[in-house]
Amino acid sequence: MADQFTISEVCICEAAKVWKDDGEILATGIGLLPRIAVGLAKKLHNPDLMMTDGEAFLIDQPHPLGVGAEPCVDGYMTYSRVFDVLWSGARHAMVTPTQIDKYAHLNISSIGNYAQPKVQLLGVRGFPGNSISHLNSIFIPNHSKKVFVEGSVDMVSSVGFDADDVEPLIGKVITNLGIFDYQGNKNTLRLLSIHSTSSLDEIRDNTGFDFEIFSTDETTNPTKDELDIIRNELDPNNLRSSVIGE
Amino acid sequence: MNKVITTNDFISKLEDGMTIGIGGWGARRKPMSLVREICRSNLKDLTLVSYGGPDIGLLSSCKKIRKLIFGFVSLDLIPLDSHFRNARQSGELPEVVEIDEGMLQWGLRAAGMNLPFLPTRVGIGTDVLKNNPHIKFVESPYDDKEKLVAMPAIKLDVALLHVNESDEKGNTLIFGPDPFFDDLFARAASKTFVSTEKLVDSTSFDKEKVANYNRFERNLVSGIIPDEGGAHPTACNPSYGIDLDHLKEYSKSAKTFDEYQEKYLFVDEATYKKNVGGIKSITSIPLTKF
Repeated sequence: MADQFTISEVCICEAAKVWKDDGEILATGIGLLPRIAVGLAKKLHNPDLMMTDGEAFLIDQPHPLGVGAEPCVDGYMTYSRVFDVLWSGARHAMVTPTQIDKYAHLNISSIGNYAQPKVQLLGVRGFPGNSISHLNSIFIPNHSKKVFVEGSVDMVSSVGFDADDVEPLIGKVITNLGIFDYQGNKNTLRLLSIHSTSSLDEIRDNTGFDFEIFSTDETTNPTKDELDIIRNELDPNNLRSSVIGE
Repeated sequence: MNKVITTNDFISKLEDGMTIGIGGWGARRKPMSLVREICRSNLKDLTLVSYGGPDIGLLSSCKKIRKLIFGFVSLDLIPLDSHFRNARQSGELPEVVEIDEGMLQWGLRAAGMNLPFLPTRVGIGTDVLKNNPHIKFVESPYDDKEKLVAMPAIKLDVALLHVNESDEKGNTLIFGPDPFFDDLFARAASKTFVSTEKLVDSTSFDKEKVANYNRFERNLVSGIIPDEGGAHPTACNPSYGIDLDHLKEYSKSAKTFDEYQEKYLFVDEATYKKNVGGIKSITSIPLTKF
């Protein structure tokens, strides 16, 4: 076990585990930490994962961030093909919504009144289809009531557990405070572990709705192996340090 | 048939209120010089359809859009487009049809296939359908009786695309790694106008090149506008990457748009190219790493 590590590194190591038992599918990590996590998953947990270069190709091995290395291309994955794959279900994404609620609705579209939003974000992108087609895990770098909102998210960009005809496919929810899933009674948010730097009180104070407690154990510490791969191979310039204010 | 036209010819083919689809994706291979020509024109009340990037931002700030059909607007390296955000947050964009990117693809496909709609599950259980009550459901006629979304065809009056090479007949080649959904835009449109990095003689095309890079037929192409650097500030692989410095200047200009307009839009395209450093400086922008 390593002596010192950051919460970003804890999150990356936990995030990587979500793809462990997925078999030969497309893993998509959107954002810096999820992207490092996919690389770690491929290296340590599931070598069969398919991953992209962020442009149009599948790559055999994760390439280090910010180093400009040429990745080893072994397949083709245009945006059009991504939709063919995702509608088949053979994908597991990790995404960072701006808001999430008790039904696991995600919002990346806009904040405030839809007709004239207070804050315009990206737009729904592929979230409506992703949410019913394949597993989506969540990474939240700033666990707060602004993200885990009371009531409903402002623009429902993905299916929630209150829908009649369809059900969202939600995996783990990894935040800077702890690890969760939506496997509580009637798909309630459920706490699985708390990071060493946080507490149950802090999580309660920063979550806008009730959640179940499965465990208050401390989140597993990163291993030396995991840290070596992150620090020496995947993110040698420590870009990850900018994601979570620590 | 020689389809090469001038930018003036191009603008003269467009009319107020038209539905215009723009190819490319985010800040990648957008027909930006054609977009700038629309900004310079008197055209108004347009319906725009796009996998949005700075095309949508510029047209928003120039108040050309009456209705926007989109799944996202992003500058790729800069996640959000400040011009589009301004337009939405100030209520100046009259109407938006915000749909899943896959629904956008389905709408264009339906139009290209001459169908009224294509069925999908995408959109169910989200505010996409709440905010767009014109999108209806259909029941599967088979034993499953499943309730599906009937994504309506998105018919375009005009599609605008940017390619690497074209001959004067409209045989085009796209060398970039991702052809995006340009073929669907061309098929969904009554007329397609293509700006091209290079006007070439197609007798120089070899079979392998054509098999890999010719993404749609020339009969879909109505006009060719030769324009090296025409995708700037978006990427046109393998010739040049995204001009991040320019996109930063563009992003800042959402609040002080006059200055940007003065320098880049109230001038002709040749002066635009000069003001961004000249064609050599555009084609020396390194390819973007994602």
